[in-house]
Parts: sequence; C-alpha cells; structure tokens
Amino acid sequence: MKISEIAKLIDGELVGAPADDTYEVRKAFASDLMSDVLRFSMEETVLITGLCNNQTMRTSEMSDLRVVVIGRDKQPDEEMLELAEELDITLIKSRYSIFKISGILYGAGIEPLY
Amino acid sequence: MHYTFDIERGNFADAGQASSSVKRALKHLGVDPVSIKRTVVALFEAEINAIAHAYGGRIDVDIDDGKIVMVVADQGPGIPNIDLAMQEGWSTASPQVREMGYGAGMGLPNIKKNTDELKIETEVGVGTTVTMTVYLA
Repeated sequence: MKISEIAKLIDGELVGAPADDTYEVRKAFASDLMSDVLRFSMEETVLITGLCNNQTMRTSEMSDLRVVVIGRDKQPDEEMLELAEELDITLIKSRYSIFKISGILYGAGIEPLY
Repeated sequence: MHYTFDIERGNFADAGQASSSVKRALKHLGVDPVSIKRTVVALFEAEINAIAHAYGGRIDVDIDDGKIVMVVADQGPGIPNIDLAMQEGWSTASPQVREMGYGAGMGLPNIKKNTDELKIETEVGVGTTVTMTVYLA
C-alpha cells in the first residue's frame, strides 16, 4: 500500500519528509515502546505510535523505517519535523486512536509484523 | 577508521547522534545493510543505556575491513547483577526514561542479539564498559 493511501484511510496529514509514492508498505507494527521497535526487522513496515518525540525519529532511523503514523492527535514539534526531513522519514499525523488506526489498516490488508 | 563521541548524562535530546554518525559512515564505506542494522541497533541501545543510567562517558568505534568494535565506557552506578540485567524485561530505568519509550529491560538482550561478541565490565559505584564486536561478512 502506498503512503498516500495509508494517509487517506486514517484521515491523516503528511508531514516530515515528502512521501515516496514508489515505496510499498506491506506490514505494520504498533508500539509506544521504542525498545520493542528496535528488536525487529522493519522492512516494508509502517510504525504506528503515540510516542511523539525525537526518540521516535532516532529509533526509526536505526530501524530503517521510512514511514511513521503518529496517532492520538499528537503534534510533532518543529525539531521533530526537521529531524524527520533530515532522516527522510515521512510522518502521517492522525487524530484517530492507535487501536482505530491499526484496525483500519489491518482491514485494508496491511499485515501484522508478526 | 576511528570515531569518538562523548556521552552526557540525561541528554536525551542528542541521544542517537553517535549511532547516526556511525550509520552514515558505514553506509559511505559500503558495508552490507544487515551488518549496518545490527551495528547501529546495538550501539544505539548502549548509547541510550549510558545516557539513562550513567553520569557521563565516551563511545569509541573502530571500523576495519573485517569487523566493527564499539566500546561504550561510562562513569556511573555500575550494574550490581549482570545476570539480571541480561534478562528480558528486567529494568531499573526511571519514569523519565520510560516516558521516552525506553527502559523496558530489552537493551542488553538486544545488544547481545545484534553483536557477535559482547563483553561487559562493571564495578558498582565506578562505571561500566560495554565492548561490542560485529564481524563483517
């Protein structure tokens, strides 16, 4: 699924690095715990999280994540947005809860990471 | 190639900068993606550990044709029981660290998983030195 399609499904707004619409997302992982994100391979995966800070970006960088959904209507600050651009990570802001975002994406065919 | 970085206590704003620099260097050197991932995840975990628990410290990274050696040496409380610290889920992290998304007790087990060699030298009340080696294919 393309990044722009994900954004549309969850009524999200694209911020951070421009979305690469050649990038195909096949799996998702939902976690506020960055320690857990670091445990898994995140190829072709979107991270869904309510943790909205620079550490979300640094963890995504180390995990080779290209797209992160920030749920629960959390608002990234300027510093986080700059870091996202610098690290080439697209953010999708959504006012929906993590559960709702996960349910919508699962229903649309995105697979769980495990 | 040698890189050195300082670690400042509680400076989560800059956490990950050392790992980020090493990642860029490894990409530039054409190291394979799997080794890069293992290296930076291990280093990032160790960096976070030192920022979260220690009073300050230093990271030294040596990269040559065959391996990457990372040494994270801190002045800090030390680890009273390494066996416990190596258990998944065991943590002494502060609420502040947990709010950052860390402190779940996965750091050292994850470092072990992502490195070929791991040596932990620690003295309570003095500090901890974690030496991690990743062999390149």
